Amino acid sequence: MKASRRNALKAGAALAAATAASTTFPRFAIGQSGPIKIGMSMPQTGSLGAGGQAALLALRMWVEDVNKRGGLLKRQVELTAYDDQTNPANVPGIYTKLLDVDKVDLLIAPYGTVPTAPIMPMVKQRGLLLMGNFSFQVNAKVQHDMWFNNSPWNDASSWSDGFFKAGQSAGAKTVAVLAADNDFAQNLANGARTLAKQGGIQSVYDQNYPPTTTDFSSLIRGIRAAKPDMVFVMSYPNDSVAIIRAVNEIGVGPSVQIFGGGMVGLQFTPIMTSLGSLLNGVLNYNSYVPGMKYPGVEDFLQRYAVKAKDAKVDPLGFYLPPFNYAIGQIFEQAVAATKSIDQKAMAAWLRANEVKTIVGPIRWNKDGEWANARVVQAQFRGIADKDTEQFRQTGKQVVVYPDAYKTGSVITPFEKARSAK
Amino acid sequence: MIFSFDLLFEAVLFGVLLGCFYAAVSIGLSVSFGLLDVPHVAHPALMVLGSYCTFIVAGWGLDPIVAGVVLMPVFFVLGVLIYRFYYETFEKRGTEAGVRGLAFFFGLAFIIEVGLILVFGVDQRTVQAPYIGSSLALGEYRLPYRMLVAFGVALCLTVVLTLYLSKTFTGRAIKAVAQDEPALRLMGANPVRIKQWAFGIATGVSALAGAMLIIVGPVEPALDRLYIGRTFCVVVLAGLGSMTGTLGAGLILGISESIVLMMFGASWAPAVAFGLLLVVLGIRPQGLFGR
Repeated sequence: MKASRRNALKAGAALAAATAASTTFPRFAIGQSGPIKIGMSMPQTGSLGAGGQAALLALRMWVEDVNKRGGLLKRQVELTAYDDQTNPANVPGIYTKLLDVDKVDLLIAPYGTVPTAPIMPMVKQRGLLLMGNFSFQVNAKVQHDMWFNNSPWNDASSWSDGFFKAGQSAGAKTVAVLAADNDFAQNLANGARTLAKQGGIQSVYDQNYPPTTTDFSSLIRGIRAAKPDMVFVMSYPNDSVAIIRAVNEIGVGPSVQIFGGGMVGLQFTPIMTSLGSLLNGVLNYNSYVPGMKYPGVEDFLQRYAVKAKDAKVDPLGFYLPPFNYAIGQIFEQAVAATKSIDQKAMAAWLRANEVKTIVGPIRWNKDGEWANARVVQAQFRGIADKDTEQFRQTGKQVVVYPDAYKTGSVITPFEKARSAK
Repeated sequence: MIFSFDLLFEAVLFGVLLGCFYAAVSIGLSVSFGLLDVPHVAHPALMVLGSYCTFIVAGWGLDPIVAGVVLMPVFFVLGVLIYRFYYETFEKRGTEAGVRGLAFFFGLAFIIEVGLILVFGVDQRTVQAPYIGSSLALGEYRLPYRMLVAFGVALCLTVVLTLYLSKTFTGRAIKAVAQDEPALRLMGANPVRIKQWAFGIATGVSALAGAMLIIVGPVEPALDRLYIGRTFCVVVLAGLGSMTGTLGAGLILGISESIVLMMFGASWAPAVAFGLLLVVLGIRPQGLFGR
């Protein structure tokens, strides 16, 4: 027994040495003429996995496109992405491996606030440029000056402002807040609470639910008992589905004017298709809905749809993919302008300049968030069951905020909005 | 905190339904872990596999519950094969089997999870049925039909398994193998075959539990991780191997969780459930309904 264990250990050590040799020696041989390596962790399984896989497909499309154009600084681009399983505990280890073992040249953050938060201290300490990927306020406290987010929001009010304005226009005076017990939802909930206080809106229900919650019937019943005028929900995909179902079964009561706000997942095609008509009336944030005009976005989405079908990922890809493709465009412009992959030089250039992307022009504020937020609050209307293609039409998600992209007014109360066409 | 007796009554009602659902997803583990002492951490993964199989069969036009019942014999055979492999490679080889078996079942859970990702992707899957998305209105109260279905299935499983284990020869042999394996051998029964049969039953039940899972909410390949702690909690709280105890423990967990969620702080719900487990084990190490 002992002998076989010793043999196994020897074999393992030999295998590890062989693997290390095979990955190390070619790098010395290639040197600076080798590919430019971009590394990241991405949730490809777990609750953010569906979004993560779609986002990764978009990034790979950019890599393919840029390599066709001759790469960056005449060097081909390579993307290394590891699955963090939507588990923040896995992320620091992955980034340490990317930096110290894979020796990547540039970093992209994983999709989402929860997986990104653990690596912020490390990138600040090492002085690295990090492209944010739809995370929310992870740099608010860290204040790393080489952080640039790709998401269309900045502070908490930029996300919830549209929702609260819609509620106030319907005469709402009270709010119920239901938030997941994680970084993203808590940051957003704090912003919502501040906005409520500033607007003189009384909070009549305020709960943080744990991520292990199986059934939301009890929570929705609690909200109904509080009789709020609006219900602001901040949830992750699995919870969002369960909450929408529970609302349909239990009801939130006639007092509610608007429902939704910050529910992640209601932007993902498989979830939108499976919920179908249950979505009607929900007013929720989004990054892009059909009808919004950005140069190049429609062409990208057509190409994406073909690849998404083969890759079995989100077939529409409105929410994350265009913004992930934009990350590549941001790198491309910064490298071209500075003629290097020096991260400090690239960060300095990005702080001072505007970049052109398929999600519109982007300029960053001192926190590395968009200087001009563009979060959309859209109301689902006339959604039928089991029909994915309907979401490509304009009017299925009516933009009520911001005014620049407005395609209609919010319908209230919530019960009436659920049957509106 | 919002309090009224109406609300409390409704919290208890929701808790009963939720508790029955917990019992339905734990009862298979109560057989495999509770009676057979097999460290079956892949039980929730097999349940999720059951959900995906239900998704496929329901796609042919069958009701998800019927799909779950149809899948039970298939899963029974799968369970027999899994146990045989586990027995030949681990259990047969000595006293360290428990620890190594744990690694085997973790491995099995990962293989199932990765296999599901490769075949189905990571998107959530749901099924359609008339009782999903609607509720039974009783005056002011509304009870989701999908939870009522879970309630019915949990009761049926508990009754059927309790009767089977107490009234049939094989059932009594399964109980005996948990208590005294050499004595069972002296009675002329083959403990390995009995355990194989029992593990098949536990796996067959997990097919129906998987159908419940996809009826109650959407499933994704990694969902099993959420249920490992909870299902083991129910089985240990019940007292290993007690079917009616599993239902009782599920109800206690469901009701306490529902009351905390609705009336106190939702953040406290997991702490209450697992706190309850610690208190019970402190007072009755054999569990609430264990001997």
